[in-house]
Amino acid sequence: MTETVFDLAAAPLRDLNGRLHALPEQTNETSWVLRNPQGRHAVAVGVDRPISVRIEGHVGYYCAGFNSRARIEITGNAGVGLAENMMSGEVRVQGDASQAAGATGRGGLLVIGGNAGARCGISMKGIDIVVRGSVGHMSAFMGQEGNLVVLGDAGDNLGDSLYEARLFVRGAVKSLGADCEEKPMGEAERAILAGLLDRAGFAAEAKPEEFRFYGSARKLYHFHVDYADSY
Amino acid sequence: MCGIVGLFLKSPGLQAELGRLSADMLGIMSDRGPDSAGFAVYGTAAGDTTKLTLRIPEDVDASAMAAALGVTAVRRGDHAVVTVPRDAEGALRQALATRYPAVNIVSAGARIELYKGVGLPDAVSSRYGLPGMAGTHAIGHTRMATESAVTTHGAHPFSTGPDQCLVHNGSLSNHNALRRNLRREGLEFETENDSEVAAGYLTWRMRQGASLGEALEAAVGDLDGFYTFVVGTERGFGVLRDPIACKPAVMAETEDYVAFGSEYRALVPLPGIEQARLFEPAPGQVYFWEHAA
Repeated sequence: MTETVFDLAAAPLRDLNGRLHALPEQTNETSWVLRNPQGRHAVAVGVDRPISVRIEGHVGYYCAGFNSRARIEITGNAGVGLAENMMSGEVRVQGDASQAAGATGRGGLLVIGGNAGARCGISMKGIDIVVRGSVGHMSAFMGQEGNLVVLGDAGDNLGDSLYEARLFVRGAVKSLGADCEEKPMGEAERAILAGLLDRAGFAAEAKPEEFRFYGSARKLYHFHVDYADSY
Repeated sequence: MCGIVGLFLKSPGLQAELGRLSADMLGIMSDRGPDSAGFAVYGTAAGDTTKLTLRIPEDVDASAMAAALGVTAVRRGDHAVVTVPRDAEGALRQALATRYPAVNIVSAGARIELYKGVGLPDAVSSRYGLPGMAGTHAIGHTRMATESAVTTHGAHPFSTGPDQCLVHNGSLSNHNALRRNLRREGLEFETENDSEVAAGYLTWRMRQGASLGEALEAAVGDLDGFYTFVVGTERGFGVLRDPIACKPAVMAETEDYVAFGSEYRALVPLPGIEQARLFEPAPGQVYFWEHAA
């Protein structure tokens, strides 16, 4: 295995993303180290190979967006839209993530070592997100599928207009959004939560029984004819 | 979209570097606002004097004007700074209004100087010599005009009170009603710009005795719309985002400074940024720092 080092202070971002996109399916360049991201946007977006990418520093917007199969790790913080629309693979940020982390994600695992800003997991469609710290307001808004696990607290309107994503929060929830309610955690949910804590690497510091489980009350699914006069 | 940068120095060590660091930060935010740019720098006060920053139209001869008014003007591009004894400020303002009505007073105060103009942020910085300026804090803005024309009038910062200035990323939806109310309270507005109303609102609150922090707290309830504000006073530096937090913001704090950037990229030129405490200011929460008087 070779380690490929790319210095973003020395060569343009398009060169990097172009090279990552051009990797053949059976590439030998399976381990990448990216230096000096310095808050640049769209770093390592659209990777579709089972490679590992370690980004040393802070990234800007949309890092690791559309990720498929790659394992991408950021040693610093991430800006807006980390791992947006991830399809599969794994994205980890050691520090904080800004707003809309994991937005619209369809699969894969996103692990945030610090806190996430507002709208974490907005419109999630199958992604698993594990946040070691807290999440901001409107997280999992219109979440359709997947799991959001928060070891800290959640801000206002958690799970507003939720479809079927599962939300697990260990700390305080400031308020629940419309049609989101606390539910009893069954064996199936407990197993999902335990598996995610394990995969994220937080099993030693958080136990499933410390969490509360939230899901959709399923009252906004259909137009309710009795309310027709209200419109 | 617009870009904001701000740098508030906690210790005197970096004061000579304030302008250079601010210019670097402002230049990086060109992507967010290539139409026009502006900045306010808080330098040293000279006794009981007031500095007026003037914007002088091309057809007015600045040296002749200064001579006719009996003042010394320090020229920087189409701006000039005039320093007068505090009790002479009223007379100077009156003389300007009657004899040079085309000259704009863009800021006034013991320490503030304010420059803004059309063009790429780097061009605006060098036009007015920002890299060579020193001081305790500076606030800059790069504008991508969406609601009104690309003019110097529409550029930020806006200054509506002594040593006060505000920059804004976002748009306010209740600025017309607020402007009417504030005019009734005696405030004057030069433009139809929403951000100027936000500046005027804070001036009005502080005129009533509120601290910068209290004025910003009140703004959360009274201003409607999207905003990230960075505000300067003679000794203070404040940040406020609307409760929905649509507009980006990132801050860095070290023992030497507090810095604001619309994006982390803008903070990269700062010394010791790798070790700084980085955080995203929380929605609807007031942040402010102040030097002791």
